[in-house]
Amino acid sequence: MLAASFTRRSAGVGAGVLRSLSTWSAVPAGPPDAILGVTEAFKADKDPRKINLGVGAYRDDQGKPYVLDCVKKAESILEASKPDKEYLPITGHAEFTKNAVKLAYGADSTPLKAGISSTQSISGTGALRIGAAFLARHYPHSKVVYLPSPSWGNHVPIFRDSGFEVRNYTYFDPTTLGLNFEGLKADLLTKAPENSVVLLHACAHNPTGVDPTPEQWAEISDICKERKLFPFFDMAYQGFASGSTSRDAFAVRHFVSQGHQIALCQSFAKNMGLYGERVGAFSLVTADPEEKARVDSQLKIIIRPMYSNPPVHGARIANTILANEDLYTQWEGEVKGMADRIITMREKLHNILTHDLKTPGDWGHIKSQIGMFSFTGLKKAQTVALADKAHVYMTADGRISMAGLNASNIAYFAESVDGAVKGTL
Amino acid sequence: MADRIKQLANHMAATAELWQSVPLAPPDSIFKLTAAYKEDTFEKKINLGVGAYRDDNNKPWILPVVKEATRILLSDETLDHEYLPITGLPEFTVGAAKLILSPNSPAITEERVASVQTISGTGANHLGALFLSKFYQWGTNQKKVYVSNPTWANHHAIFKNVGIEPVDYPYYDPKTIGLDFAGFIGTLKAAPERSVFLLHACAHNPTGVDPTQEQWTTIAETMLEKKHYAFIDCAYQGFASGDLDKDAWAVRFFVEKGVTMLVCQSFAKNAGLYGERVGALHVVSPNKETSAKVKSQLSVLSRSEISNPPTHGARIVSMILNDPSMFEAWKRDIQTMAGRIIDMRKELFRLLTEELHTPGNWDHIVNQIGMFSFTGISPAQSKALIDEAHVYLTGNGRISMAGLNTKNIRYFAESLDAVVRKY
Repeated sequence: MLAASFTRRSAGVGAGVLRSLSTWSAVPAGPPDAILGVTEAFKADKDPRKINLGVGAYRDDQGKPYVLDCVKKAESILEASKPDKEYLPITGHAEFTKNAVKLAYGADSTPLKAGISSTQSISGTGALRIGAAFLARHYPHSKVVYLPSPSWGNHVPIFRDSGFEVRNYTYFDPTTLGLNFEGLKADLLTKAPENSVVLLHACAHNPTGVDPTPEQWAEISDICKERKLFPFFDMAYQGFASGSTSRDAFAVRHFVSQGHQIALCQSFAKNMGLYGERVGAFSLVTADPEEKARVDSQLKIIIRPMYSNPPVHGARIANTILANEDLYTQWEGEVKGMADRIITMREKLHNILTHDLKTPGDWGHIKSQIGMFSFTGLKKAQTVALADKAHVYMTADGRISMAGLNASNIAYFAESVDGAVKGTL
Repeated sequence: MADRIKQLANHMAATAELWQSVPLAPPDSIFKLTAAYKEDTFEKKINLGVGAYRDDNNKPWILPVVKEATRILLSDETLDHEYLPITGLPEFTVGAAKLILSPNSPAITEERVASVQTISGTGANHLGALFLSKFYQWGTNQKKVYVSNPTWANHHAIFKNVGIEPVDYPYYDPKTIGLDFAGFIGTLKAAPERSVFLLHACAHNPTGVDPTQEQWTTIAETMLEKKHYAFIDCAYQGFASGDLDKDAWAVRFFVEKGVTMLVCQSFAKNAGLYGERVGALHVVSPNKETSAKVKSQLSVLSRSEISNPPTHGARIVSMILNDPSMFEAWKRDIQTMAGRIIDMRKELFRLLTEELHTPGNWDHIVNQIGMFSFTGISPAQSKALIDEAHVYLTGNGRISMAGLNTKNIRYFAESLDAVVRKY
């Protein structure tokens, strides 16, 4: 009886495998990630001169990942406190989230008292995803989001997968390599229907490095009011752009002071160097504590079926820093240090290209752009040549991560760019 | 001043309309229970709602091997906090696949397993469900998944969230306080071909009722016959019997038999890493080429939700899985936890049957397995336990054995005895 059934089962196995061939046989190969794929190519390259200017992770002047000293200190303090590994609540580490929100909005921000609904998130990506999902479900007026042209590549699938239609507003001017402000205003005034969601990079625009001035931000705020546009802020570089956390939060705070009920996504990947620990926060300005409670409850409904509750380790590190006066001061200094090194690299690169090599073109944008990234203005063909011939890696849109440049490689990089522009690589 | 008033008025006007229609969602029921427990000032109160291990002093327990791994990580000067690849820490995902499927699994040696690091078990369930919702060939069938009645509450929300409708299959039999095997098989047979069935690999949550190996064999055969897809959730490997391989038997059997399947894996309980969110999704394909495509699509899905998973917990588990002496230490720590739970089961059974002679059959206390036990008491009796004895449990009579210890087990047994007799 057993032997017979075993034989039947064996026949079933063969047939089962054949039938199972059909289950995923129609699954197409997914495209490689445009940004993270650059690092893969870089890793495979054996040339000693190779430079990785792809992914936006900070590097020190030796080209090494930089673990902030305040982070190391925080980790020691944390370990000495013998923390448990219990589940966080759905919305995460409450004290961390409170401090993160305070950092962004400012300690004396009016909505902080009335009620800002907030949650810890899986870094900036997670915050965007929660925000997009929340708005798709609960923002009654529109299912259209306007992204600046260009924007971080991952914005598109995040919003689309959440149920939004993605459109663009004019942002980058390829002729000036700066902001096309007139085009931006025209699009927000006339192209975007009233009540549309508008995604704004709070500072250090990714990928261009082009930010509006404070005056321009004020005008954008007025237009948003006039057109009832919903401001959805992505702030992944607070402190990292100018070196000052309060200065980099200007746009966010200005909009809030003007009465906008914003959404805000925060990341501590770059400014605390906590990349892989996935530390972030999402927040919404609400009218009062009652509204905050309702919004809080719906954020939980979104988060619970996706991942239940967020990772504890990184949030504890970040909170240890934010809540401790000495560590906080040290952190501000280290963020400024990172920002300053990048600004130094910008100035150096500009000088080499303009004065030493006299590379054709205007390279002023290298200095006027801000933050980790720079839109060099290089064309796709040139970026391909740079990768193949010079072993210099960047994304196909000509974006470079300034953090990948340092005293040892900046001359080689400048020469390679020179060659790419002149066609002599 | 006028400007400022205008500004404030604008602020009020702007805020008044935006979120006023957002409804207040009900709080998580377990959360309510825990909150009530916390507020209770009764000295002998017991929390049996918690799904997290507690030691004999009712404290969270950090596994000694985890402490050691953490210490090593912290003192490693070369470690940074850089991004992991989208699909996670390779040493972790490879080790995790070997752990659940066995290192010699043909699926692994033939490179047919697409593994992705996830935000613990929930993240794995979500990613698996999302993948199915987009790529499973549903044909003309509505997107649905068969889930055990009962199952972990969050399963329903996870599938609904991605547009897959959960449908019950018979599982728990309240009359026997055991498995309704006939009902289970009946539904497997009656369901349309190529249906998706969610199975608990071991230590069924919330009942603690697992199929026997013989029953698993019949389940697998029936699934093959009907070309069903097995969506296997494994949150308690090692935690159920104390033996990692024994608890993985059903999963490995299904792979061997060629059932089409995926496995969701959590290290929350068996490594005590709850809040670090360590988990993995393993999708088994019929060949290497398909597996590579599956992995690429899982990667795309994960990128647009989290970009890449958290490092810390994965590093801890990777160290444990890949260092032979740490692996042995981990096995001992698992036995400590599983052993204590089994001891509590035995002691509760002894108290009820030998000392208190509580009416009813209590065999299920020792026959059920894992952290949870369906006591078989009614909602009224459960409510009485809370209201009169200050013993907190969910309304379905489920208790977390981990909440019991040598100090409180007698009080619990006596309280249970009282409500069984009274109601």
